[in-house]
Amino acid sequence: MIQINQLVKKYSSRQGTIIAIDNVSLNILQGAIYGIIGLSGAGKSTLVRCLNLLEKPTSGQVVVAGQDLTKLSNRELRQARQNIGMIFQHFYLLQSRTVAENIAFPLEIAGVPKKEISIRVKELLHLVGLEDKSSAYPAQLSGGQKQRVGIARALATKPQVLLCDEATSALDPQTTLSILNLLRDINQKLGLTIVMITHEMKVVKEICTDVAVIHEARIVENGPVESVFIKPQSDIARQFISTVFPNELPADLLKELSTHRDSEIVRIQFLGSRASDPIITDLLRTCDVRANILYGSIDHLRSTLFGTLTLELLGNPAQLKEAHRYLASRELKVEVIQHAL
Amino acid sequence: MPFDSSLLFQVTFWADLLRLIIPATGETLYMVAASTVFAYLLGLPLGIILVVTSPGHIMPNPWVERTLGTLVNILRSAPFIILLVALIPFTKSVVGTSIGTTAAIVPLVISAAPFVARVVESSLKEVPYGVIEAALSMGASPKQIIQKVLLPEAKASLILGVAITTISVIGYTAMAGTVGGGGLGDLAIQYGYSRFRTDIMIVTVVILVVIVQIIQSLGTALARKLTH
Repeated sequence: MIQINQLVKKYSSRQGTIIAIDNVSLNILQGAIYGIIGLSGAGKSTLVRCLNLLEKPTSGQVVVAGQDLTKLSNRELRQARQNIGMIFQHFYLLQSRTVAENIAFPLEIAGVPKKEISIRVKELLHLVGLEDKSSAYPAQLSGGQKQRVGIARALATKPQVLLCDEATSALDPQTTLSILNLLRDINQKLGLTIVMITHEMKVVKEICTDVAVIHEARIVENGPVESVFIKPQSDIARQFISTVFPNELPADLLKELSTHRDSEIVRIQFLGSRASDPIITDLLRTCDVRANILYGSIDHLRSTLFGTLTLELLGNPAQLKEAHRYLASRELKVEVIQHAL
Repeated sequence: MPFDSSLLFQVTFWADLLRLIIPATGETLYMVAASTVFAYLLGLPLGIILVVTSPGHIMPNPWVERTLGTLVNILRSAPFIILLVALIPFTKSVVGTSIGTTAAIVPLVISAAPFVARVVESSLKEVPYGVIEAALSMGASPKQIIQKVLLPEAKASLILGVAITTISVIGYTAMAGTVGGGGLGDLAIQYGYSRFRTDIMIVTVVILVVIVQIIQSLGTALARKLTH
């Protein structure tokens, strides 16, 4: 649905040139919820703004629904933008218009007849669950309600793509979840492709199918969410993952454990149906080792389960080796945090 | 029958009031209303152009912005009394005469229009750029952004700007007497100051205060009503 090819964005100022996007290529498939995560200043906002050319790339291509946006005339670009909805961290609703009038706004711009507008606005109010707020003004709404209006407005012209620029960053955790659920529903109901810019891994964990990690203007890794979470390649990705799945052991505990003989500490990660297997029982029955559970968590990555278990395994080198062999045979990802003495 | 001087005073006072103050009030209102309307016809588009051509806005154009900005600054720095005299030939070519109430309107407009441009500019700059970007992301054209985003979103602030402009134009009309424009300000100078008619001076001032109060209250009330 969206192909970004060798995108570069530079800003020139008197202080010199700043490279905001450094040769980024991405392929975003139709129906994906594609998360782009990065720290502030990493270039993620610039990247999403290049996707509808609010920011004009210095070089490279942005192809949306088969159209290279960088080659379009102003008029064609305006037409193409009606196929790309966008929502913002600070909502940017028109304060002088009611909720219904805000949702009608993109339709007025597209030149849709009045009668059709009022029908479409009703549908959209229903979609985002704001039927009772249609004649309220934005100033009378809560943050979550404002973002619902933003979503309805962005979807008014039935776009194929929805860009979300930190859409939940100004919301409290509960409201964030309800907005994310709404986005997931829309993605499933309408087959909409969603690109989400965020600095919160929680958002990615909750709804994204794919993720790209952007750091210092470059994409450092990308892929399906499950594989990035299970096998992060970069430090920055590991840092982001640890914000939602903290699994660092306290330093003094590690120190104390390091004095144990014939003991090693392993972290086991499991995904999907593996999460419901009785791993420890099986391990202890099959291999002659003892296990001490240090840390465990189970959560979900979108709709699949994702678990982490940190164990201290006690046994002689041969027994530990056998334990590893067993875990590998169960297709579990095992990482040794501290080797046996 | 004893002569009652206070009665005579009252009679002359009311006669003068009718003879002098009523037409002068009419002249002032006429000059203020006409000048404000024409100043907005020129100043509003000028203010819009100053905003949209500024760097990073929807139609950035440094050349246009700088040229218009300089023109506005030059006109605003010319003292009104100088402008009034300097524009006499121009006034004559526009309205056919260089004296009278209508003739005073021409320099008033030329002086108020750049003021209006700056007032409009600052109102339009209050609209958060994110809202404009949201409209851009929906495929809005510059014309649609001006008509459907900038002006409606700045409506309350623009109305307050109209009140500010109208009140400053009232101040300028006091100098219209120089070209025979009449009005309350001129009356206050001619009778109140030159002929020591303190009573007329006081009445003109009171009327001016009342007019200013009414305009400001109307502006504030309307702006409040338009703020949601």
